[in-house]
Parts: sequence; structure tokens; C-alpha cells
Amino acid sequence: MLAEVGHFSLIIAFVLAVLLSSVPLWGAWRRNTAVMLLAPSLAIGFFVFLATAFGVLAILFLQDDFSVKVVASNSNTLLPSIYKFSAVWGNHEGSLLLWVLILSGWMVAVARFSRGLPEIVLTRVLSVMGIIAVGFTAFALFTSNPFERLLPGTPGEGSDLNPLLQDPGLIIHPPLLYMGYVGFSVPFAFAIAALLGGQLDAAWARWSRPWTNVAWGFLTLGIMLGSWWAYYELGWGGWWFWDPVENASFTPWLVGTALVHSLAVTEKRGLFRSWTVLMAIAAFSLSLLGTFLVRSGVLTSVHAFAADPDRGLFILIFLGLVIGGSLTLYAVRAPTVASRVGYRAISREALLLFNNLVFCISALTVLLGTLFPLIMDALGQGKYSVGPPYFNAVFVPLMALLVPLMGLGPVSRWKQDSLPRVWHELGRPALVIVVVSLLAPWTLGEFNLWIALATLLSLWLALGLIKDLLHRTRGASGFGSKLARLTPSYLGMWCAHAGFAMVVLGATVVTQNAVERDIRMAPGDRQSVAGYEFELMEIDRVSGPNFVADQARFSVWQGDRKITELTPQKRRYTASGQVMTEADIDAGFFRDLFVAMGEPVGDAAWAIRLQYKPLIRWIWLGALLIGFGALTTAFDRRYRARVARDLVTEQAAELEVAAASHG
Amino acid sequence: MGRLRLFVPLVAFALLAVLLFRGLSLDPTALPSALLDKPFPAFTLPTLGSDTPRSRDDVIKGPALVNVWATWCYSCRVEHPFLVELAERGIPIVGLNYKDEPTKARQWLVDLGNPYSDNISDTEGVLGLDLGVYGAPETYVVDASGNVRYRHVGVLDSAVWEGELSRFFSQEAAP
Repeated sequence: MLAEVGHFSLIIAFVLAVLLSSVPLWGAWRRNTAVMLLAPSLAIGFFVFLATAFGVLAILFLQDDFSVKVVASNSNTLLPSIYKFSAVWGNHEGSLLLWVLILSGWMVAVARFSRGLPEIVLTRVLSVMGIIAVGFTAFALFTSNPFERLLPGTPGEGSDLNPLLQDPGLIIHPPLLYMGYVGFSVPFAFAIAALLGGQLDAAWARWSRPWTNVAWGFLTLGIMLGSWWAYYELGWGGWWFWDPVENASFTPWLVGTALVHSLAVTEKRGLFRSWTVLMAIAAFSLSLLGTFLVRSGVLTSVHAFAADPDRGLFILIFLGLVIGGSLTLYAVRAPTVASRVGYRAISREALLLFNNLVFCISALTVLLGTLFPLIMDALGQGKYSVGPPYFNAVFVPLMALLVPLMGLGPVSRWKQDSLPRVWHELGRPALVIVVVSLLAPWTLGEFNLWIALATLLSLWLALGLIKDLLHRTRGASGFGSKLARLTPSYLGMWCAHAGFAMVVLGATVVTQNAVERDIRMAPGDRQSVAGYEFELMEIDRVSGPNFVADQARFSVWQGDRKITELTPQKRRYTASGQVMTEADIDAGFFRDLFVAMGEPVGDAAWAIRLQYKPLIRWIWLGALLIGFGALTTAFDRRYRARVARDLVTEQAAELEVAAASHG
Repeated sequence: MGRLRLFVPLVAFALLAVLLFRGLSLDPTALPSALLDKPFPAFTLPTLGSDTPRSRDDVIKGPALVNVWATWCYSCRVEHPFLVELAERGIPIVGLNYKDEPTKARQWLVDLGNPYSDNISDTEGVLGLDLGVYGAPETYVVDASGNVRYRHVGVLDSAVWEGELSRFFSQEAAP
């Protein structure tokens, strides 16, 4: 009965989405305010019924209702409750429902926080999101109904959640990732609304910016969690695999990064308008493409959701309508007249243009590499995969190219800057950091060109940031008044750039200096890795709620000092019989020690993997800074205070731009 | 001229869409086996129900299907009734019980019926390694001279059978 309530709610939500995608749009066309005003209510209704459907599915999981197919296939009575709950989105049907739920959440947020928007803009934005909602709700309802029953033939016990997904990281990774993915639908909808209305101006950019930053921040955090999870859960100790599904979330991130920066130019200077619109369309299109790649099974991946060509066809048609439609609209309506505002070759605009070029080329190369197996197969050239060597070979140089100019970004000036001025500001400290970078690798033992280079680039980023921070707080006395001078959007930018510097350094050092040993060890054996002694004390059997495990107990020594004990496990989940490697990690700011069990190799001995991972935490800490930095920018007062006056400022902005072009 | 340039993204997307549409009809899991047209790897392993190790030529007398399965594999349960049906039609099927517990596996065959002429018990997955097994279920076609002729990854159903596998058995067993 309960499942049917959920199913029915989903149907009502679908009907509301259909109404939202059509009626208010018609109202906007006829300039009928009463009809336009329906949009926020429809959005809220859509959210309420989806939340009901989602809540019902969660209850079905918590009650072990195995007459429902997704519950029977993805849960088990022995599964801890928290994982029963996260199992709701640990499968294709449920995660799709989460996708739409989050979309409806964004719609309600737009309706709630954009009260000051001109009625017609808000209506168009919500309707465009409604169109997306129609597609995905229909997808859930017609090809992936989560409330499908197994009647008759209800199994007595469920076949359990994939053990890989039984992990705290995986409880929040998909919701965060979807917050980002789906969040890009907001700037997308704003872009489409602007194209429809023919008003691509500074006001439009200002409305889009906080939404874009927040979505991009969530996407950053989602990707970071995925990387962290892969590191400790897959048992290999790698942190990025260039897996098709990782790439599917990474390409929207790269284009989103370009969008975040080009929106800044459009807002502040009224430039790059067509380009910014294109980036807004591209970021969300790549999110949709990612969804298609993951759900259709056209690419093989460790994230194998049930591959189903029918589902694939459904999304592809929807993709064609949404992306094809919006790009057609773009081609017809985007402004072609070059802005009258000029800028010089050395200016903040030029630097941000460079940023956009680098991120777009990166996104295209990653996309090409991801689709390469498909392209070759479609051309009848056989099965190929380009793999990490390709991605590293193209991606790393692009990022290395980016950073030197990125360091200049914060200190640069709009419109026109000069090299002598920049040299005056950064020249002497730059010489100091060159020397420091040449010496830095020696602290880790020996000279390493890559580490020296990464240190140089990170310090260069830090230098630009610190210089700019000092410049902005000059004259203010005391920490409080210094802080008061900095706006949330400035602080956010600062954190994000500093986080990027951390990621660059962490990624390089761990790639260059990590030590990895795969060896046979029996109780009593000692092994030394990078100056740490690992002693295998004993191996015993332990049992958990839904698994039994072989557990090794290691003592780790540095010289005569015992640092820690590590207990990696090899688990066998009772319901599915699947075997999982649970690594144990001693995490630290400067290094991780990682122990995982391989296979038993006879005489009580096991194949053991010992790893030393210097600075690996910096990758995730840096990504955290980037993500929270992006979220911080949304608190900037100018996004809220001006909303109400936007109709007025719109014209003011036009004047401002016109004045700037003469000035 | 400027307007035409704005159509570039649309054209690029159209090309991509064509590619993706083509991709839908391709099967990325249809990996050609490294052993294609090479002899089935030799082994000496016990079979379910007898502890004495037996060799390849003893167990696989082609042409036959070799079906990789396990009791921990949910899809194998889905696939099983079709295998029983094939066996009833006279198609010889050899089971490769992969990384499984023999007692559970025997109970499975009692409960669900036994379509296999013999079942190689590969508890450690050694033979699976030689074959290059990705996971269960997988099905290999072995011809009369003991060569691997085809590999199917995933559930074997009537569509796969009619489309891909039945051609190897057309002379031996009429449906």
C-alpha cells in the first residue's frame, strides 16, 4: 500500500511538472501576471510530492519491504539502518529519484530567494527548470519506477547493498555531487530565460552568479568526497582514476570553473556575454551528458549501474531536446555585436579569458578521452581505451600553464594593467620563492624537479593572494577591522585559490614521493617503508553486523617510538558473498600510512600492501577550501541587497558600461 | 557571419548526439576474449560432488557452453531457468562454479535444477584467472576441437542465444 502512495505522489509530481513547464511560460508570453504567478506555487507543489515519494521509498527501505523490487535487490535485514537509508540512492531508480528531488529543491530555493527578481524572469527560470523536471520525472516513472513490486514472488530476504557502498563517505557523496550537477540547471535556466527575453546584461550575470558559485562549490565537494572514498575504500590507495564516471562529473566541473570566472567578467564589465551564456548551457549540458553516460551503459566503468539501452535512448532523446533546443536558441538569439567596452592585452579581463580557454580545452580533452572508446567502436576500429597516461599527458601541462597567470589574477587590474607595475609588486618576492622552491625538495630527501616546480607554482599562487590581501587591509588596524574590509566574495575567492595551490602541491608530492610495497607477510614479520617499521602482530577472525572478516593487526614504529596500531580487514559479506578489502590508514597532515590485505598466500601468510603517502591530505583539504570558498561567496550582500532594485540598476549598469567604454 | 559562428556549438552537439546514438547499439561489455580461437586453458580441478581432480579433456567434450556462475551472483539466479531450458533442448553445458562454496553450490542445483553435465569447482578462481573472467555470469562457447569460439559477459537469455550463440550449435542440436 505504502509503495503505491509513493508511486501516486510521483505521478502527481509529474503532472505538476508538466503544468509548470508550459502554463507559466504561456503566461509570460501573453504577459499575463496572474498566470505567471502560478510558477512558484507549482514549483513548491512539485517539491512536496517528490519529497513524499522519496520519503516513502526511504520508509520502504527502513521497513525491509522486500515486495518492492529495488528494496529486495539493494537491502537486507542485517544491513545497519544508516546504510538502509543510504541504500535508497545506492541504485539506479532511487538515485534518479534523488536527482529529481534535488532539482525540485533548487526550484524551491530559486522561488524563495528570488522574490526580488522581475516577475517575468522568475517565471521563465522556473518554467525552464520545469521542462528539465518533466524529462527526469518521466524517466523515473516510465523506465525506472522505484516502486515496482515483486508480486508474487516476494523474497524472504534482500540481496544486500553492494558492500562498496556500505560506507559513510558514500552516504553523502551522491547527494553532494547531485547538488552540484543539478545545481547547474539554475544558471542554465537563467541563461535560457535571458535568451528568451533578449536581455543579457550585468543584472542577469549578477542573478546567476551566487547560484553558479554554490552549485560549483557543491560539485567540488562531491568530487572531493568521491576521490577520498576511492582512496580508502577501493583498497588500492589511488585517489583519481580517470574513470569514465569520474570524468562525467569532472567535465562539468571544468566548464563550471570557466563559467564562474566568465560570469565575473560579465557582471563587472559587461563583457563576454555570449560566451558566458554558452558556458552556462555547456556546464549543465555536460551534467546531462554525464548522467547519460552513467545510466545508459555505453561506457564500462566501476560505477556500473544497470546498463539498459532503453533507458539510454530515453535520456538521449531528452538530451537532444534540451541541449539541441538551447543551443539552437543560443545560435539564434545570442548577441553578435561586439561589446563597446575594450580591454588591453594585459588586464584582468585578458587573464580571465586565458582561464576560460584553459578550462574549456581541458574539458574538451577530458571529454574526448572519455568518449574515445566509443568513437573508435562506432567507427568499427575495435575496442580501445586511452587510460590515465593520456589524461595525465594532456591535463597536467594545461594546469601547469594555467597557474603562472592564475597567480597574477588577484593582483591584476581591470581594463588595463602593465608589466612594470606587476613586476614592482611581485618581482622581488618572486625571486625569493624561486630559491625556496629549489631548496624545498631537499627536505624530502633528494632533489626532484617536479616537486620543485609544484612548490614554485603553489608559492606563486600564495604570493599573489597574500600581496593582494595585505593591499586590501592596509591601513586598517586590528584583525576585526581588517576582516571587515573583506567581502564574502573576496574571502571565498581567496580560499578557493589557496585551496587550488594546496591541491597542486599535494597531488605532485604524493605522485612523486609515495612509496608502495606489495609483500608477503606472516605474523611476526617486520617490514620497513619510507622510514616506518610495520610489524604484523597477528591475524584473527572478527565478525560485523553483516560480514565476517580476517583482520590483521599491525604495530607501526618510527625508530623506537610506536606510532599507532592498524587493523586492515578482508571482509566477506554474508548475504552476497562478496569480498571487500578494508584498508586501515593512519592519517596525518604531512603523510598517510596505508595498510591493506590482499589474498592469503599459505602458511598463515598474506599478501600485504603497505603504502606511504606524503601530503595526500592536501588534495582533499585543498578541495574542501575550494568548495567552502565557493559557498562563502553566496553570502555576499550585494547579491541580496540589489535584487529588489535590479530593474533600476539594470539601466544604470548599461550606462556604467557605456561610460566605461568612453573612459 | 558572426551569427553563423554561433551555430558551431549546435553542430558539434549534433555530431556528438549521432555518436551517442550509435553507442547505444554497441555493447561495451562484448569484450573479445583474449582466448578467442585458442584452446580452452588446461586445468586439473575437482568437480562438484567429487573430490578427485579432473582434467580439461575429461570434463569439456565440445561443442559445449561453459557457463561461469556462483551462488553469490544475483544475475545467475535470473539466468538459471534459461540454462535449464537449454539443457532440456540438448545443448551441453559445463558449469564453472566460480569462487564459491561447494556445499552451497550443490544445494543451489538441488533447489533450482541442474542444467550442467559437469561442474568445475574453481573455489580459488584459478581457472577464472586463466580464462580472464570479469565476473559471473559469463558464458563461453567451446567447439569440437576444444577451442574457445565466443565469449558472452552477462546474463544469457533467449535474445542472446538466438542472436549470438545458437549459430555454433545449429547442426548438433535442433531446437
